[in-house]
Amino acid sequence: MDAILFFLFAAIAVISAINVVVQRHPISSALSLVGVMGSLAVLYLLLGAEFIAAAQMIVYAGAIMVLFVFVIMLLNTGAEKSSRKGRILTVVAMPLLVIFLGLVSYVIQRGFPDSPLVKFGEFTGGGPKDVGMALFTRYLLPFEVTSVLILIAIIGAVVLARKEMD
Amino acid sequence: MPLLPVPAAVPLSYYLILSAVLFALGVAGFLFRRSLITVFMSIELMLNAVNLTFVAFSYQHRQVDGHLFTFFVMVVAAAEAAVGLAIILTVYKNRGTLAVDEIDSLKL
Repeated sequence: MDAILFFLFAAIAVISAINVVVQRHPISSALSLVGVMGSLAVLYLLLGAEFIAAAQMIVYAGAIMVLFVFVIMLLNTGAEKSSRKGRILTVVAMPLLVIFLGLVSYVIQRGFPDSPLVKFGEFTGGGPKDVGMALFTRYLLPFEVTSVLILIAIIGAVVLARKEMD
Repeated sequence: MPLLPVPAAVPLSYYLILSAVLFALGVAGFLFRRSLITVFMSIELMLNAVNLTFVAFSYQHRQVDGHLFTFFVMVVAAAEAAVGLAIILTVYKNRGTLAVDEIDSLKL
């Protein structure tokens, strides 16, 4: 059952990711990216990361992608035009990417020849309680620093997007 | 009789290879797309691939630390999306285009 779920949602993730890359219109890419994020949330659940799966759906598939779709709709740029330079890049870079992927898979298989089997329910330390305990004890300083980061991001976004007033 | 022999569970390395595939697709989108907003979405795809690796290794070590790193990556991605989309809006307002070939003021 675990394996069926893994292969099903891994296939959905990969197909959606390919769709993100090949679609010409940004809105199609954005909706495919939602598919990738949703199937990754299921894989997080299989790995016992309940809190992260929920956060993935709410923060990534909910908030960030809505922001993307909102900006795409607002700008209404339409499908992108293909350029000659882009086609040359595709021809050159595609073999390099395949080689990269092959090397990474080789290294993973050599580095983890007998990696453990992933069984659902074997690791239960990823619930909200465990994440919260770790977040507010060992990782308290990074947590506070991220709040400053968010504040800076808010100010930066407002300053960049406001109308020029002289 | 099932058509394919499906194992009961998959090894952890499958998750890592899936993560590598998603990362490579993100790199491909980053390099091949000519629209600024699609390039930005490819970056999000790469961040998601790295998150999967963090959670997979967290499972292997039976520790919650990887989940927290994923959490922080999500926070950074949210901040990045807010600022990046504001920059994209400003670029479009000033230049009227989102093609990365035409936004080359910083080129020598």
